[in-house]
Amino acid sequence: MPDTPPAIELRSIDKSFGPVHANRGVSLSIARGSITGIIGENGAGKSTLMSILYGLYEADSGAILVDGQPVRIKSPRDAIASGIGMVHQHFMLIDTFTVLENVVLGAETGAVLRPSLAAARQELERLGREYGLRVNPDALVGDLPVSEQQRVEILKVLYRGARILILDEPSAVLTPQETEQLFRILQALRDRGATVILITHKLREIMAATDTVFVMRHGQMVAERQTKATNSEELAELMVGRKVRLALDKPACHAEAPALTAERIGLRDGRGVAVLDNIDITVRAGEIVGIAGVSGNGQSELLEVLAGIRAPTTGRLVIGDRAIDAAHPADPAEMRALGLAHVPEDRHRYAMVAPFDATETSVLGYHHEPPFSGRYLMDRRAMAGHCSNLMEHYDVRPRRPELRSSSFSGGNQQKLVLAREIATKPKILLVGQPTRGVDIGAIEFIHRQLVAARDAGCAILVVSVELDEVMALADRILVMYGGQIVGEVEGSAADERTLGLMMANVWRPDAAKAGVP
Amino acid sequence: MKAPLPGWVDIGLIPVVNVLLAFVVVGLIVLAVGVNPFTAVRIMIVGAVGYPEAIGYTLYYTTNFIFTGLAVALAFHAGLFNIGGEGQAYLGGLGVGLVVLALDATLPPVLLIALAVLAAALFGAAWAAIPAYLQAYRGSHIVITTIMFNFIAAAVMVYLMVNVLIAPGSMSPESRAFADAGHLPFIHDLLAYAGITMGQSPLNLAIVWAALCCVFVWVFLWHTPWGFELRTMGHNPSAAIYAGVDIRRMTVLAMCLSGALAGFVGVNEILGVHHRLILNFTAGYGFAGIAVALMGRNHPVGIVLASLLFGMLQQGGAELSFDIPAITREMVVVIQGLIILFCGALAHFTRPWFEALFGALRARSGRTTAAGAAEA
Amino acid sequence: MEEAITFAVLILSATLRVATPLILCAMGGLFSERSGLIDIGLEGKMLAAAFVAAATASVTGSAWLGLGAAILVAEALALLHGFACITHRGNQVVSGVAINILVSGLTIVFGMAWFQRGGQTPALPPEARFMPITLPGTQALADVPVLGRIWGDLIGGHNLFVYVALLIVPITWWVLTRTRFGLRLRAVGEVPLAVDAAGISVAWLRYRAVLICGLFTGIAGAYLSIAQNAAFSRDMTAGQGYIALAAMIFGKWRPFPALGACLMFGLLDAVAIRLQGVRVPGIGEVPVQFIQVLPYVLTVILLAGFIGRAVAPKAIGVPYEKEH
Repeated sequence: MPDTPPAIELRSIDKSFGPVHANRGVSLSIARGSITGIIGENGAGKSTLMSILYGLYEADSGAILVDGQPVRIKSPRDAIASGIGMVHQHFMLIDTFTVLENVVLGAETGAVLRPSLAAARQELERLGREYGLRVNPDALVGDLPVSEQQRVEILKVLYRGARILILDEPSAVLTPQETEQLFRILQALRDRGATVILITHKLREIMAATDTVFVMRHGQMVAERQTKATNSEELAELMVGRKVRLALDKPACHAEAPALTAERIGLRDGRGVAVLDNIDITVRAGEIVGIAGVSGNGQSELLEVLAGIRAPTTGRLVIGDRAIDAAHPADPAEMRALGLAHVPEDRHRYAMVAPFDATETSVLGYHHEPPFSGRYLMDRRAMAGHCSNLMEHYDVRPRRPELRSSSFSGGNQQKLVLAREIATKPKILLVGQPTRGVDIGAIEFIHRQLVAARDAGCAILVVSVELDEVMALADRILVMYGGQIVGEVEGSAADERTLGLMMANVWRPDAAKAGVP
Repeated sequence: MKAPLPGWVDIGLIPVVNVLLAFVVVGLIVLAVGVNPFTAVRIMIVGAVGYPEAIGYTLYYTTNFIFTGLAVALAFHAGLFNIGGEGQAYLGGLGVGLVVLALDATLPPVLLIALAVLAAALFGAAWAAIPAYLQAYRGSHIVITTIMFNFIAAAVMVYLMVNVLIAPGSMSPESRAFADAGHLPFIHDLLAYAGITMGQSPLNLAIVWAALCCVFVWVFLWHTPWGFELRTMGHNPSAAIYAGVDIRRMTVLAMCLSGALAGFVGVNEILGVHHRLILNFTAGYGFAGIAVALMGRNHPVGIVLASLLFGMLQQGGAELSFDIPAITREMVVVIQGLIILFCGALAHFTRPWFEALFGALRARSGRTTAAGAAEA
Repeated sequence: MEEAITFAVLILSATLRVATPLILCAMGGLFSERSGLIDIGLEGKMLAAAFVAAATASVTGSAWLGLGAAILVAEALALLHGFACITHRGNQVVSGVAINILVSGLTIVFGMAWFQRGGQTPALPPEARFMPITLPGTQALADVPVLGRIWGDLIGGHNLFVYVALLIVPITWWVLTRTRFGLRLRAVGEVPLAVDAAGISVAWLRYRAVLICGLFTGIAGAYLSIAQNAAFSRDMTAGQGYIALAAMIFGKWRPFPALGACLMFGLLDAVAIRLQGVRVPGIGEVPVQFIQVLPYVLTVILLAGFIGRAVAPKAIGVPYEKEH
């Protein structure tokens, strides 16, 4: 069928958010009646691209063609009118509504609901029959398991007559069996002429479900492959790219006694889903342990547990003589007293208070301690002196402690937070995403500070989604996937390919060995 | 186009414009009842500060506004909205009354007054602590609970005054008068000791206590580790948890302090002026505290200034209603409502105007520099 | 027996009369809050409406013009609330408080300026009021025991608004649960983002909710001053707007349970008035305040989760901001 125009064609899509260039001249063409995967690391620009297609953002430049016709998509309404539907990673469902009500919302046929609901009931019945998308139409969405909620999202999209479905990381919330089921549904949809676009970072799913795959990296489209003609290893390489290894001269590490031990840590979220599963970690004084992994695999929760922000559901943490478990939790203040410092991943949420001046941010968490605080009163002068000291040593600019914390650039905020935490000479230092949102110039500086702290005998745990960062810093690398530690590699022996496969949980020791000449 | 506004516009000009807008509307209302607003302003100013007794009255009203303004502001800093100032003030007065009625025959004045002030704080704090506890540990909404507690306080007071504390043989629901030991000295009496004569007014030592409270709140919020934690929680609860703050306990602590401050209205009114327990002495000061805090930008200095303004309005308004019967004292309540509206709910509604204005100014200066550069 | 019936009819018809403004305000508040907007300002809207209704009726002599004016002013205040909270994303509680305080002052300022009666409006003649309706057959049934009283004084004998209020409850229920508008309204109070993503305007939905709230509170105000009473008096709402808010919460933001709460609170009030100074055998004199305070206490207990859970609409109080 050479003359059928592609279902979707994107031409030179460009989109920037301030200084971040999220999509650079992205072009792609998706055949009708296919399942197409778009794969890439976090921040590669896949979600932005699909949000542009669905009208959530508008591209700075470029063109969108649907069935060969140029269209302007300025809002989801336009996208729906063009037959495009999106299943968001975070469901747009109303928990207190029934399935039927959720499906009908925004697509009612008249002012009185009854006819709309009756029509939707019939349509759901039909869709259920044809695609195996069965959901009880009268159940409250909030009572449904996540996998069925996702089906409701798909039903919503189909009910609106979409012929092109975009699914954003649909398996993130599913078990492997549920994922299989989802793929069968997607294949049924494709076989009846629908076009499916699957955004994911999981290689295994791409291999299992798609016909064609596009690989994105750093906002650009770097490759297009027929799924049959490629393999996980090639895709992993394309995804990660041949990165220049960050040059960081660091002396060999002299790991000493364990400073922090996590034993079989488990954590369940509000729905009872395990987000951390049997995690064992030991961090010794004088070493940097890196945690690699695609974001959303439990790293954030792990940091929160280790920092005392959340108590583990099972297992325990041991620091010195203190054992912390569900029955004997410790709050962040106690953790600090035990010699643990924490540079959180999300500094805006945890590490600073936007309207506070830098002076105040520079003592956050240590505000009870001398010399900042006496028995009753805080010593502003000591705080300000401390802050200018930190600014001096960590090259925070502008060097003005009286400015609002939010008025500093990301890199300078991070340097200030890092300075605050290292300055206390902690026994243990947790660092989440050390250089997220930090300009290139500051990255090396921050890395060097971490190594210096290590050499001073600090036990450091670094969590980062930047693989090259983990490889540059860590003496030992652990890889997380699905709330578990799925691999461990010595820092010096680490190579990107192995780590990439581990991160996608498709690594098999024998296959890897076979690959090595 | 939408560049951020200069700092002085954000924290200086916009709030002032908001207050001015409120007063423009007040002027229109005054016009609507057939009075020349400028005449009204003149009478009010003379009535508020034109002679010593007037100043006394103005400062007496100011005292109440300071207490409730501080109460609301302190809760705001913790990210909590305390609408219960009215009830907390009521209970504070009850605390004062109970202590003095029980002990005014036995204790010396200084001790009695200290105990009464303490009781005001404790009762006010307790009345705020319950809604705080319910929000922190049971998840109920503090705004609704504090509103409900205002009504419960009013009912409790009516019951106690009518059935328990009423003076024997009295027709109106008032307690017996306190003995002299239970009087907070009037300022005019104190000045008389010092040889200065001042006309009689209800102004009493509570204003000194209010000033001390301002200093206390300022020191507490900006110079103690607990104030640091309280503000951290108000701006960013997650950061507070990260910093090791127990945010449930901090919620209760913040509301207790807020309630205690509101309770001090009872000191000014019951211990300072009425010298007996009466009904309805809170007269809306609790709600007015919201206006004071919003106008004073939640800072003690701003609160003192806003309280002075409201004190002048209260006293000047009384004079005004005396001179011009067409205007009633409730005009002050109207002004409070408008201030809350313009400085609170509509605080950002003039912002687009300023953004457009400064955008245009910037564009013009940009053009001239560009033109200058091109010429060069 | 006859006496007990008489007593019951008296109490129940008093309950209805007291509950009427509560029901109207609670249904208004329900629309607003189900759309995600906290409405502390029920009290203020009702008070303003009561004043304007009485003022207009006394000047024009027309009860209907009074009602119209009451609705207009309540709508104006509702729009002010919407303007502050929907358009400018102001704090909803602050806006409600502002309206309440503003109105409590304005009604007196204008009342004194226009009528010079200490904030009262002149007493209205029956032609300028909504008078109790005598149902057909009342005369004929008057002498029938039990039924006569029930027909004449409990079912009949109320003014128009009482029936309107009772009618509004099923209408509210129907609109919320059975219409497209109701579905979208409930959705916008839960997950406005989902409504926006479905291509529906969040702001316009919420403005409509606020307007309905204005309509109902306007009627409630008119009821107070030109139906139940024959004039406006200072602070005549006396916290009933807050009781209505409590009843709505007590009814867990649902029409019929909220009606139940309004009737219960109305009954408490009717009983409290009856019990004033009466010694109940075995208990002694029950303080009126004890009964009057029950609605508030019960609401606090409910909110604290001690008797069931009142789950507010999820998006309530949060201004909706598009991400871009």
